Amino acid sequence: MSYIPHTELDRQQMLAAIGVTTIEDLFDAVPASHRFPKIDIPPALSEYEIAAELKAYAEANDHAGNFAVFRGAGAYHHFVPSAVNHILLRGEFFTAYTPYQPELSQGTLQAVFEYQSMMCGLTGMDAANASHYDGATSLAEAVTVALDVSRFKRSKIVLSHNIHPQYRDVVRTYHQGRQIEIAGDDQPRSMADLAALIDDNTAMVAIQYPNFFGQIEDIKALAEKAHAVGALLVTVVNPVALGMLKSPAELGADIAVGEGQPLGVGLQFGGPYLGFFSIKQEYVRKIAGRIIGETIDSDGRRAYVMTLRPREQDIKRERASSNICTNQGLMALAACVHMSLLGKNGLRQVAELCYHKAHYAAAEIDKLAGYSVDRTLPFFNEFVVKCPVPVEKVNTALLEQGIVGGYDLGTDYPHLVDHMLIAVTETNSKAEIDALVETLGALS
Amino acid sequence: MTHEPTIYELSQPGRIGTNLPSLDVPKSDPLPADMLRTELMLPEVSELEVIRHFVRLSQLNYAIDKGFYPLGSCTMKYNPKINEDVARYEGFAGLHPLTDEAGAQGALALMYQLQQWLAEVSGLNAVSLHPAAGAHGEFAGILMIRKYHIDRGEPQRTKILVPDSAHGTNPATVTMAGLSVIELPADDKGDVDIEALKKVCEGPERDNIAGMMITVPSTLGLFERGILKIVELVHNAGGLMYMDGANMNALMGVVKPGALGFDVMHYNLHKTFSTPHGGGGPGSGAVGVNEKLKPFLPAPHVDIVEPGTDEEAPLYGFVTPEKSIGRLKAFHGNFGMHTRAYSYIRAYGGEGLHQVSRHAVLNANYIRVGLSDTYTVPYDRACGHEFVIEGHFEGVEKVHALDISKRLMDYGYHPPTNYFPLIVPEALLIEPTETETKETLDQFIAAMKKIAQEAKENPELLLSAPHKTPVSRLDEVRAAKQLVLCCAPLLKDT
Repeated sequence: MSYIPHTELDRQQMLAAIGVTTIEDLFDAVPASHRFPKIDIPPALSEYEIAAELKAYAEANDHAGNFAVFRGAGAYHHFVPSAVNHILLRGEFFTAYTPYQPELSQGTLQAVFEYQSMMCGLTGMDAANASHYDGATSLAEAVTVALDVSRFKRSKIVLSHNIHPQYRDVVRTYHQGRQIEIAGDDQPRSMADLAALIDDNTAMVAIQYPNFFGQIEDIKALAEKAHAVGALLVTVVNPVALGMLKSPAELGADIAVGEGQPLGVGLQFGGPYLGFFSIKQEYVRKIAGRIIGETIDSDGRRAYVMTLRPREQDIKRERASSNICTNQGLMALAACVHMSLLGKNGLRQVAELCYHKAHYAAAEIDKLAGYSVDRTLPFFNEFVVKCPVPVEKVNTALLEQGIVGGYDLGTDYPHLVDHMLIAVTETNSKAEIDALVETLGALS
Repeated sequence: MTHEPTIYELSQPGRIGTNLPSLDVPKSDPLPADMLRTELMLPEVSELEVIRHFVRLSQLNYAIDKGFYPLGSCTMKYNPKINEDVARYEGFAGLHPLTDEAGAQGALALMYQLQQWLAEVSGLNAVSLHPAAGAHGEFAGILMIRKYHIDRGEPQRTKILVPDSAHGTNPATVTMAGLSVIELPADDKGDVDIEALKKVCEGPERDNIAGMMITVPSTLGLFERGILKIVELVHNAGGLMYMDGANMNALMGVVKPGALGFDVMHYNLHKTFSTPHGGGGPGSGAVGVNEKLKPFLPAPHVDIVEPGTDEEAPLYGFVTPEKSIGRLKAFHGNFGMHTRAYSYIRAYGGEGLHQVSRHAVLNANYIRVGLSDTYTVPYDRACGHEFVIEGHFEGVEKVHALDISKRLMDYGYHPPTNYFPLIVPEALLIEPTETETKETLDQFIAAMKKIAQEAKENPELLLSAPHKTPVSRLDEVRAAKQLVLCCAPLLKDT
């Protein structure tokens, strides 16, 4: 299979026009000693063979088509209406590039503008960017914004232990070259203990809402303490939970970031996903990445354009606060179409289905001998279960029943060995939940 | 083209575009009311209205599937349709990222094989698919270089050399990593000024040099003739060489960066390996390294954790290299892009990839020669897969590169990249890619020549362009001054 259209006659005519004899003559500047190495990759396959080979790879996986999925921990199996994929597959969207020429990109620009609007609607914030790579990188970029807001005079970042462990890892990776102190996430802490770490050197305090364990914490006092010393409060939020829960703005957040994957983006083994980033008006000019703004054309018609460009790396170069120069355009479009289809009532309904189904599952599991569900805090659609046997053993038994079980919390939290994190969404039927409970029961 | 209302303007209270399963379990006690929201500012629209809205929006876009898109430095080649199908196979699209390794062997095997092939194309030893975009890959590369020097007890090596023609991401990446930039000028032939480089590498900063970032072929579309000398000078000073692989489409089967002495590079899978960029993303910025930097690769990284036998396939798993710079995003990279890149490499094979680069270079040179009597080609020598021209004409001072670009739209083309590289006045960077036919290139050359003629005879035609697009020229200053970043306030009262 080849996508090169040239015929032998084309090549001859083109070479003659250029004034060389062979294509190889165009590579004189490449050191002769290193020119034209062999690439040791097997010969081309036909399209039919490619499809068959990839089908075999795909079917070697334990996927949601064949398994009931009760695993979340940052990636959730939600229902995606067919219309979302039909829009994504339009070549006018997926084969377009960054909208550098707005007159030819009004479709992408308006869709992203609407996406920004919806993220503002969900989070209660004043502005959102056109998206970052994923939820974890959004949090890392929030750190940069907070440091920048303090004019790099503050260097302490307080992170809750209850933020997704991989997100906290990413914050550390991103800022390893900077002289900053990351505090708070070395052990479980109450909100009061976390608040006690906030001082005049603190640029930012971050929590997750609902937290990594699915729980909804009372952060009022924390928000007050952060604001009292002039630090920013950042929340990492699950957008589906926002279908029913108070918005981050109502909690006092200055920045709300998170993973947009639950909004119409499939599981896809972890990517591409969609980091959303929303913020209060006063910090708009500090956001990294693309922002779409409304304007008019020379005939006075409403139109859209990438704006605040001078902040960006292509203009500011080494003085830019971030090197980010793409967004997750297609994923932002998926989220935009998804939220349009669901609307305010649909998203609320999804949130309520998740909530009630998760609580049904939790109640049934809690009744099982040897198992207990952590009910110390209210939870949304994900909860912690203490198991009577190692989680690995539980999950092996579940797989035999066609169920992908909960996430083994001992992997990231040594004090939670034998604890699993179970996520339930609207895709999990009562029959699936009952099968989960039955298999767990047989192990105790 | 009629004006398209926003989705919020289409909203009517009570409409919905999908339906959901009914609740099949008993209701639980609700959360306390003070935890619940009362307002949710999302539009309410039927499925048909949603479809029509986004289809109409799609028609306002220019895209590869509609026409020629010679956007230099962005490598807008055809996105094969089979790639979209395979990425949507349920076994990939429905695979949870935290699936136990035993249940994800298909995905892991694919990633491992892709890593091996990318390493082979570049002549480097190991590849990580973890970074989410080219700039993310750059960041991984520079963090590895930084950590390498710290690990060797040379933490004072904090300077990265960057040519003035480099992508803006390069210097921004250096800053993000906590290092600083020494900018290098180009000489009058468009190559890095070797004498200037020598001065830095042998001057007082010698022991502070962490490395150099360079794009090959350069952002001027030129292959650095002094590349081996550059690598030698930087290595002799104790620095490492980073290659920005944005232009890798010109190099497959032409030269292997690893063989030239590069220590680390990133690939833009969305450019060279045809994964679609969807109006701004996603991308995928795999990084390749030589033996020196292997222990520093970002985590996680796919490797064989149990060797296979004659009967059984090996067991693949995620590993964290010994001195890893750490995790740059959650989970394992943009896997959906890996499936597409894999499918693309399979469609060409090794010999085919080499033909890709040859034809990309052939097409670029054909346009370069075709335009050289009408436009100023500042570096008039054989180019790589792209080349730069000056978008202005003697005697018509008010016409700028931007005006030529806007006028090109009227002829049905996406314009080239404008005002980059920064070191060429009124730069237009043209990159046709290998998937375009000779007829398309001929028509484009003719349009560019026609515009040059119009510029002299009727410059107003260019200055007021575009005339045939959904909107006319935009007021970009107003967008920045009177910030309107969302339409939520337009939501009707419900």
